[in-house]
Amino acid sequence: MSRILVFVEHTAGEAERLSLEALVLAGSLTAATGGAVEAILVGPGAAEAGIGLGVHGVRTAHVVADDRLGSYAPAAWAAAIAELIEARSPVAVIAGGSDRGNEVLAHVAARTGRPMAANVVDVSVGDPWRLTRQRWAGSLLEDAQFDADVHLLTVAPHVIPVDESAVGPVGAPAIAISPYAPTVRDRDLVGRVTGREAPDVGAISLAEAKVVVGGGRGVGSAEAFATLEELAGLLGGAVGGSRVVTSAGWRPHSDQIGQTGLRIAPDLYVACGISGAIQHIVGCKAAKRILAINTDPDSPIMGVADYAVIGDLHQVVPAITAEIRRRAAGRPPRPTMEVTRSTPPGREPG
Amino acid sequence: MEILVCVKRVPATGGRIVLTPDGQEIDTRYLGFTVSPHEECAVEEAVRIVEAQGGSSAVLTLGPVATEEQLRDAMAVGIDRAILLETDGREFDPVATAAAIVETIRAQEATHGPFDLLLFGNEAADTGDFQVGIRVAVALDRPIVTGIKSLTVLDGTIVARREAPGGGWETYELPLPAVVSVKEGLNLPRYPSVPGRLRAKRKEIERFAPAWSQAGPLKLGLRLPEEQGAQVEILGRGPNAAPAVVDLLVRIGVLAS
Repeated sequence: MSRILVFVEHTAGEAERLSLEALVLAGSLTAATGGAVEAILVGPGAAEAGIGLGVHGVRTAHVVADDRLGSYAPAAWAAAIAELIEARSPVAVIAGGSDRGNEVLAHVAARTGRPMAANVVDVSVGDPWRLTRQRWAGSLLEDAQFDADVHLLTVAPHVIPVDESAVGPVGAPAIAISPYAPTVRDRDLVGRVTGREAPDVGAISLAEAKVVVGGGRGVGSAEAFATLEELAGLLGGAVGGSRVVTSAGWRPHSDQIGQTGLRIAPDLYVACGISGAIQHIVGCKAAKRILAINTDPDSPIMGVADYAVIGDLHQVVPAITAEIRRRAAGRPPRPTMEVTRSTPPGREPG
Repeated sequence: MEILVCVKRVPATGGRIVLTPDGQEIDTRYLGFTVSPHEECAVEEAVRIVEAQGGSSAVLTLGPVATEEQLRDAMAVGIDRAILLETDGREFDPVATAAAIVETIRAQEATHGPFDLLLFGNEAADTGDFQVGIRVAVALDRPIVTGIKSLTVLDGTIVARREAPGGGWETYELPLPAVVSVKEGLNLPRYPSVPGRLRAKRKEIERFAPAWSQAGPLKLGLRLPEEQGAQVEILGRGPNAAPAVVDLLVRIGVLAS
């Protein structure tokens, strides 16, 4: 049986989105080969998250039961996976395209002396396997042949669609939770998380925001991001920027969207004053919709945008926020002088 | 502190990528070359640590002879010496790359003494394999942390921070010798000075020729992703477009009507 093992990351008892993408790929491969998908989960809440994987096609969830692995320790987590490879003989181990997914699988590859293919978008099982993987964070695709006894793959983020409302087949067997205690050397625990700083209270994570307002060179200064912040605030979203913006110090590097920053997949990305270098496009093209606000109708961002406003963001963005506030206040369009005077700015809600 | 930084020469792609007619390579005839932003930060960090604590730094790369340019760039901002693992232009996969680096580190340490710190970029800009630094660390049996955006070197240990999943930061503390792969944002790399460039130009570069081998995914060819093809819908020009934008926000459900 051609079993496939998936490393599933989880938070608060729920599998991470990028791990679900890995499960989708694993499911499509076992559908072709007739095998089963098994998951491996490590850390607090692993069993709870494992139970929820039944609807994603997982039949067995291996849950690491060793408190020493409760704190993230990539080499030790990889040791646990390597041991499971020995026990279960899978044809592939797949992880999501997250920092941890890539890191843990690279440790598995290094310690077991196997090749690994990162950022895979498509696999065709055969002899040998063929795959397509991203280069340049997705600006370019590589078709490759991948020959290994156990195929170690990570999945490029936000390429494979996940049905988040997935429901398991009727009468499907319940998922089996299989605890196991791997052998862990102290050496593998040297590189582990020893401290955490929580994000700012109330801050909306750029990686998870449903709406992202991004600024580029056209914003012009750190101060000018205030109008973008205001729009993001009204939409319940977060603000990000291009590499120009973080290199200039207008925004912290953690706000960078692009190849050397974050790859986001919001419902809406509003690109303000961003021309659209390929290194930025790869960070935002997974957005469901892109609205570009730019003075240049021929800028590359227009090639990926669904909607555009041709104009100066310094005028357009405040006009949009004013229009949102006006409608929220229930005022009619094109207010007369009297209406304008009777509701001075700053009085309206929001 | 003895520090080795590993970098990779990559084309400076800005706009569109163009491939060679056989689809095997990027057409680089009209492109300059650079290293990834992550690696620029690794170089800068090595220079800063040596400036603050003494010791020396070296830069290592694997690539064709033209890769000298990136080694001289690193020496121009303050790296002391350079090592080129010269290839015949064929691409080395991550397994072969890591093996060549490990062999070189062992030879260098036998001659010059041990490195306290090996620095890598988190992933190469072009192939994005996410594994060379980890393979080197595992082969040398040294601890590694990756994705690092803040690094403090203490006496015999390092404290490193990276962004945690879901926001915030997580901290790692490692004993030296150690391996660290870094991300852009770690620091703001300096520009080389003219005297720095002149000094770098005169320096010797140590050269070795590692054997090519293949174990990782075997590249069959490259292609550009299909354009999404969606035609952009112009909502308007200037601030007058605001009502149309807000109509859109309501229609797609990001704003309550």
